[in-house]
Amino acid sequence: MLYREAGQFKATYAADQQIFPIRQDRIGIQLLLALAFVAVPLFASEYWLKAIMVPFLVFSLAALGLNILTGYAGQLSLGSAAFMAVGAFASYNFMLRIDGMPLLVAFALGGLMAALVGIAFGLPSLRIKGFYLAVATLAAQFFIVWLLTKVGWFSNDSSSGVITAQEMVILGYRFDSPQAKYLLVLSIVAVMALMAKNMVRSSVGRAWMAVRDMDVAAEVIGIRIMYTKLLAFAVSSFYCGVAGALYAFAYLGTVEPEGFNLDLSFKILFMIIIGGVGSISGAFLGSAFIVLLPIFLDVLVQDVFAGLLSPSIASNMQLMVFGGLIIFFLIVEPHGLARLWQIAKEKLRLWPFPH
Amino acid sequence: MQLKTKLLLSAVAVSSVLTSSAVLAQASEQFIGLPSYRVGAYAAGGSGIYGGWIDYMALVNERDGGVNGVKLTWEECETEYNNARGVECYERLKSKGASGNTVFQPLSTGITYSVLDKVAQDKIPMVTIGYGRTDASDGRVFPWVFPMLTNYWSQNTAKIKFIGAKEGGMDKLKGKKIVNIYHDSAYGKETIPLLDAQAKKYGFTVVHIPVSHPGNEQQSQWLRVRQEKPDWVILRGWGVMNPTAIKAAAKVGFPRDKMVGVWWSGAEEDTIPAGDAAKGFIAAGFNVAGANYPVVKAIQDNVYKKNKGNMEDKARIGSVYYNRGVVHGIITVEAIRTAQAKFGKGKVMNGEQMRWGFENLAIDSKRLKELGAEGFMPDLKVTCLDHEGSGKVKFQQWDGKQWKVLTDWIDADKELVRPMIEESAAKYAKEKNITPRDCSKEG
Repeated sequence: MLYREAGQFKATYAADQQIFPIRQDRIGIQLLLALAFVAVPLFASEYWLKAIMVPFLVFSLAALGLNILTGYAGQLSLGSAAFMAVGAFASYNFMLRIDGMPLLVAFALGGLMAALVGIAFGLPSLRIKGFYLAVATLAAQFFIVWLLTKVGWFSNDSSSGVITAQEMVILGYRFDSPQAKYLLVLSIVAVMALMAKNMVRSSVGRAWMAVRDMDVAAEVIGIRIMYTKLLAFAVSSFYCGVAGALYAFAYLGTVEPEGFNLDLSFKILFMIIIGGVGSISGAFLGSAFIVLLPIFLDVLVQDVFAGLLSPSIASNMQLMVFGGLIIFFLIVEPHGLARLWQIAKEKLRLWPFPH
Repeated sequence: MQLKTKLLLSAVAVSSVLTSSAVLAQASEQFIGLPSYRVGAYAAGGSGIYGGWIDYMALVNERDGGVNGVKLTWEECETEYNNARGVECYERLKSKGASGNTVFQPLSTGITYSVLDKVAQDKIPMVTIGYGRTDASDGRVFPWVFPMLTNYWSQNTAKIKFIGAKEGGMDKLKGKKIVNIYHDSAYGKETIPLLDAQAKKYGFTVVHIPVSHPGNEQQSQWLRVRQEKPDWVILRGWGVMNPTAIKAAAKVGFPRDKMVGVWWSGAEEDTIPAGDAAKGFIAAGFNVAGANYPVVKAIQDNVYKKNKGNMEDKARIGSVYYNRGVVHGIITVEAIRTAQAKFGKGKVMNGEQMRWGFENLAIDSKRLKELGAEGFMPDLKVTCLDHEGSGKVKFQQWDGKQWKVLTDWIDADKELVRPMIEESAAKYAKEKNITPRDCSKEG
């Protein structure tokens, strides 16, 4: 009943082409944004902002990047963490070596560097597909982490190979309180998510999807395969690069190349699989699932079952429950959490008279 | 239905987070947050060390009724040895207990780096025993970080001293060849500049051979060792790399009693999987193995007899990792005691007071004897200038069944290490615009 779209007429092309054609969706997203921008920083505790919201947003951005490449353009990649590392180390070096470098420009340049590296490692995608391509991107994963460890210049010759991100200052304002950091990350993620949403609705996104569904047919109708695939790699790596820079600057502060290992790449891949391949909201849902659920389980076990279970069983139990939930969701909805939401929406449109 | 279960699940989780943050603050309880890891590749180390540490705190509670009447409380938080999870645990534990978390010991170099800036802001001392950032030994630049007992650089100089003694004097090292097999990561690479400096000083040659993570394939590296024909091999390993290296050494016929490992290569978990090949293998350690020390016996009498022990596998009591956990416990409790002596006995210490306790911590051999830990761990004295405090290690040899102590405490070559630490710390201070403290003004 609440979701009835009867009576909403689209009289102009603009109304027909907007991102959320249904009024309820528009109101919903506005409420969500108001919640995220106003209510959360006002009411959330420091722990929630620093330890829950910021990593959730950062990983959402990384998942968004991978979703563009894998979900929309159909190119499987296992190098997301490496592209994040490029973004983090590049932003750090731009800030370090160029005096008066504005922070946001450093983030953007870090993303661009990641995009360039992404294009280089995307070249094999012109010849190979599917799992073989995944193996080729695996090379990026190992090579980049190795290079960042091997060449001292990237970490300013720190004996341990770690970098410590500089303070975040924009126009003289220091982003050091949890609220400020959160709002900065949220703004960047929101703008980039909007850009991604528009990109996949435009001709670029349609070209990606055409290549994903059948590249021979796409070529026949006049889509340039090379350009489209490499653009997907570039855009995806740009998103991952910015996510990596935010991970270093707004979340951890100090990062080591080893932190961007294959595990992290897999985690990001699982985010889009759980969240929904080929959907923008899926990236957020998947990130929430993979980042937040283990934390909730740990809190749950520590608080509710403390003392009842021996510690190692408690810790292993969390992993088992987490794994079980992944399998459960994949069985009930192989298309991910975003698809569940979509189904719910369709049912709501008819509710309470489904027939 | 699925949506309902999901909603229900998240509701439960959310509500439990809310209640946990509102845990009743109790007076005269000292809270210690434990960012432990009991799953994943490093679970053996995590469960052993945190198990031993918890058991020691339980001993203090059971036998002495706490520290001057202040009971110790703790809560674990599973980090899975993952940096992001470690930061989450740090933030979660920060505000727990009566005075919040008062010491953070993550047992992971990666997490150490991730919270390095945060501990100074939040005024919580971070203690990293035998890992972490080496140059944090310079307490002027890192007032909140305590890489105690010994760091990798100190340990390496002790190792060269040990090899020198085996060869019959440091002058005999001239012309000898040492191969450094290292884990190809930030951790593994850390001792390379130091080994090079020592090679120059004593006139031996050193060959560095990297092993990429995780290191379960070392055929080519050990063929290279056979070609090089070194007199000694230093194993700077990690996890599965250690037993693989020992087995590969046996395969190419390199004598295991000429192999010296770091303390992350010297636990039962590193030698038992290698089977007979491990017999004779030597490793450095700032704690020894064995259950026949009074402190371990006291834990068995006061904690395990009451069924309050933390270890499920009781055979692991007295193992290298377990005893290392006891060392963590001793240092933490003695720091509380030291802080209480200044700020009031029987009071709960906050993070700043704990920091003072760590910085003025002195455990001499007499105190060690009282604690039942004579020969169990080195004596230490921390100062504002020197947050390492000791730098001594013992060498132990695997006899096929257990670790046997080979040497007494061997001192590090401080003249060589200290200038390098100060140089590195000064560079960090410059990068971060930190003005080093003046230690003569600290009291």
